[in-house]
Amino acid sequence: MPKFAPKQSELKKELEEKPSLLKGNYPDEELFDTPVEFRDGNWCYPAKPEIVEEIGFPNPRKWAPTDDDWKLPEGWEKTIKDGMKDRLERFRPFKLFLDTCVRCGACADKCHFFLGTGDPKNMPVARAELIRSVYRNDFPLAEKILTGFAGARKLTPEVIKEWHMYFHQCTECRRCSVFCPFGIDTAEITMMGRELLNLIGVNNNWILGPVANCNRTGNHLGIEPHTFVQNVESLAEDIEDLTGVAVNPTFNRKGAEVLFITPSGDVFADPGVYTMMGYLLLFEHIGLDYTISTYASEGGNFGFFTSNEMAKKLNAKMYHEAERLGVKWILGGECGHMWRVVHQYMDTMNGPADFLEVPVSPITGTKFSNAASTKMVHIAEFTADLIRHEKLKLDPKRNDHLTTTFHDSCNVARGMGMFEEPRYILNNVCNTFHEMPENTIREQTFCCGSGSGINTEEYMDIRLRGGFPRANAVRHVQETHDVNSLVCICAIDRATLTPLMNYWNPGVSVYGLHELVGNALVMEGENKRTEDLREDPMAGFEDEEENED
Amino acid sequence: MKKAVMPFAIVVLLALVPYVAVEFAGLGFVFGVIVPYLAIAVFLIGFTYRIIDWAKSPVPFRIPTTCGQEKSLDWIRPNRLESPSNFFEAVARVFSEVLFFRSLFRNTKAEMHDGPKLAYGSSKWLWIAGLAFHWSMLVVVLRHYRFFIEKVPGFVTLLEDFDGILDVTLPALYLTDVLLLGAVTFLVLRRFRDVKVRLISIPADYFPLFLLLGIAVVGVLMRYIVKVDVMSVKDLMINLVHFNLTLPEGIGALFYVHLFLVCVFAMYFPFSKLMHMGGVFMSPTRNLVNNSRRKRHVNPWNPDIRIRTYAEYEDEFREKMNKANLPVEKK
Repeated sequence: MPKFAPKQSELKKELEEKPSLLKGNYPDEELFDTPVEFRDGNWCYPAKPEIVEEIGFPNPRKWAPTDDDWKLPEGWEKTIKDGMKDRLERFRPFKLFLDTCVRCGACADKCHFFLGTGDPKNMPVARAELIRSVYRNDFPLAEKILTGFAGARKLTPEVIKEWHMYFHQCTECRRCSVFCPFGIDTAEITMMGRELLNLIGVNNNWILGPVANCNRTGNHLGIEPHTFVQNVESLAEDIEDLTGVAVNPTFNRKGAEVLFITPSGDVFADPGVYTMMGYLLLFEHIGLDYTISTYASEGGNFGFFTSNEMAKKLNAKMYHEAERLGVKWILGGECGHMWRVVHQYMDTMNGPADFLEVPVSPITGTKFSNAASTKMVHIAEFTADLIRHEKLKLDPKRNDHLTTTFHDSCNVARGMGMFEEPRYILNNVCNTFHEMPENTIREQTFCCGSGSGINTEEYMDIRLRGGFPRANAVRHVQETHDVNSLVCICAIDRATLTPLMNYWNPGVSVYGLHELVGNALVMEGENKRTEDLREDPMAGFEDEEENED
Repeated sequence: MKKAVMPFAIVVLLALVPYVAVEFAGLGFVFGVIVPYLAIAVFLIGFTYRIIDWAKSPVPFRIPTTCGQEKSLDWIRPNRLESPSNFFEAVARVFSEVLFFRSLFRNTKAEMHDGPKLAYGSSKWLWIAGLAFHWSMLVVVLRHYRFFIEKVPGFVTLLEDFDGILDVTLPALYLTDVLLLGAVTFLVLRRFRDVKVRLISIPADYFPLFLLLGIAVVGVLMRYIVKVDVMSVKDLMINLVHFNLTLPEGIGALFYVHLFLVCVFAMYFPFSKLMHMGGVFMSPTRNLVNNSRRKRHVNPWNPDIRIRTYAEYEDEFREKMNKANLPVEKK
């Protein structure tokens, strides 16, 4: 059991029995009556002063959310108010979403954090009210005459504490915005909230640390070039040991046709590394002319969770490196928020990428006209096209030891609209795919509970609650279809669904989609396969040999 | 409940003001002529100002919430409404929201059962009541057109015929009167009864509901029970339209209550959440095309950012890169 996890029996009891809004027996309190309480497991460590200095963010200092005094900088109220005004002028969504909400409550029970914590302030509408209440205070005269009429309140340190708490209990997953009659997207509010907090040094080490790393070394984990290469090569060796096939990835190679970029978690973190092995096998299988960069060695973008400017700065490396290496186009690995940025932000922030060509699959000749401007293709689009053109030799029976379900990553689902490609691939590489209940998949998918830079150990209590709706839906297919494998297309999912499953649904393992592709690929000149990429025995393969004899 | 007391009291007070002023102080001209002009002016200027104010802030990124399959490979069927790939599909998406409240139609209700186990049931009441309320209101407003023009246009008569199809009272009972009152009452009760909505409601949510209820109740009273001189009312309205500032005699005070509450509603509109009427058309998560990779979206304030270049990176790691046999730019 992780250190900061709540006792399961107690959490279950709390969810079942504690009076709550969800059950309708919540005591008659007002929204802002209850002050925030920071306790073990519900706050992320603040950024270390040296990290804050390294990336040039304000107010580096030692502090903790449990302190009474957060050592906010002199004049912080003005900084926040000016920052808000500036953002209202630059971001129509922010302004519009503060103004148009009618508090109809359609979003209230759509948030995974609300469902898992029962905390009223986790209703998306309430989360936005945290900022809205301060925004409304811009009309002090009206407020004086009709106190409380528009729910305005003063900006106090208590408000900042609330913001810090609840803008870290939002993973910018956009599920609420699916249901809102005005399309109000709490992710937009949370992004602005976090930008404002960072202006006064209220921050999160798990976000700013990776940002600093990514800026310096090219990836969140701070891996230097030689180590990065070593790791990928050791995965290549594992592949060779297992399959007898040599895959030979190249690094920083000029003149390659394709630059491949994936989250660094795939290179270093279990079980992401098996997905990486899947990519390497796939590229070898089709003879793709590709290279991996150690400088742009991160698909993810934790800058996206701090400020627009930082998101742009980190994202810029992709085009910068693609131009230097002279590749034709970029292929992107499985990741959620990476694809939110690539799909909806990259071209705007760092384009136009005129030095690249409209992506064309060298194997099938398919022109990816949907990526004609950004010139970056999602690996699931690429692989689905390969399968459609029968360019892959696949044996889905090799995944018969797994009974699978598929988790739509929030960003890919609601910030990109990719639902069919991964399902098409999954159905071609395994025989046992079962969907979770319809209110928990596709555009209604539930977040893993740890996205947007909160996937840190000390935040486990909140993460396990936030992930509860997802886990609960997996449990349903575990009980009804004996599902034991949760397949996803996101590096953060791979890292965070694992402890979530261990806690709520023991017996369910987490897989990347391309790990299953890697399992199913029949490689030229391969050894007889009896184990999958994890060296787990595959079902029925020993028997088959005997039968054939 | 206590959050509803102040707005209720305000509406009662607002209703009493014109009654007393006209009945006892003879201020008919103020409430029949001056206030309506003022209200129209505030509404038009305020509404326009708010729209322009929103429009002045740019949409820096193309951020549609994609609720369906994007247009990608030729053989994968895109969802044209929920993931629009061209301008017309995006327009259709916005109109599906405006006319049919499509997103609200998706609404579910989450329940926690023993296990613990979450279940999501269909929940269409808010959608039904919202739709009934807004459409009835539109019809009611259109029906009122007959008071502003000498010759009643055909579409108004047609609307009235359909609306009065039940023909159970004299004058004929309008369906929309019933629907409007019923839906607004439901929306008020919902704010009291659903504990989630009760918590997030603020007085500014009850105020327009009570105001509308007041307007509708007084209107219904005038039509079915306490008759006012309809011809004089029509004269006044036509005068106002033609900037003829004379007040016809003999309009009952009840009418001034109705008119004044409508004026308050119009004046309150631009400064309140009622602006969702304009906002719904402008929502970037709904009105943008999901083609961010196909066509570049321009952010007018796209900042210049100094990035850490490859050259700087190589300078720091050159030695290690050489040892790992990585190609470098400078030896």
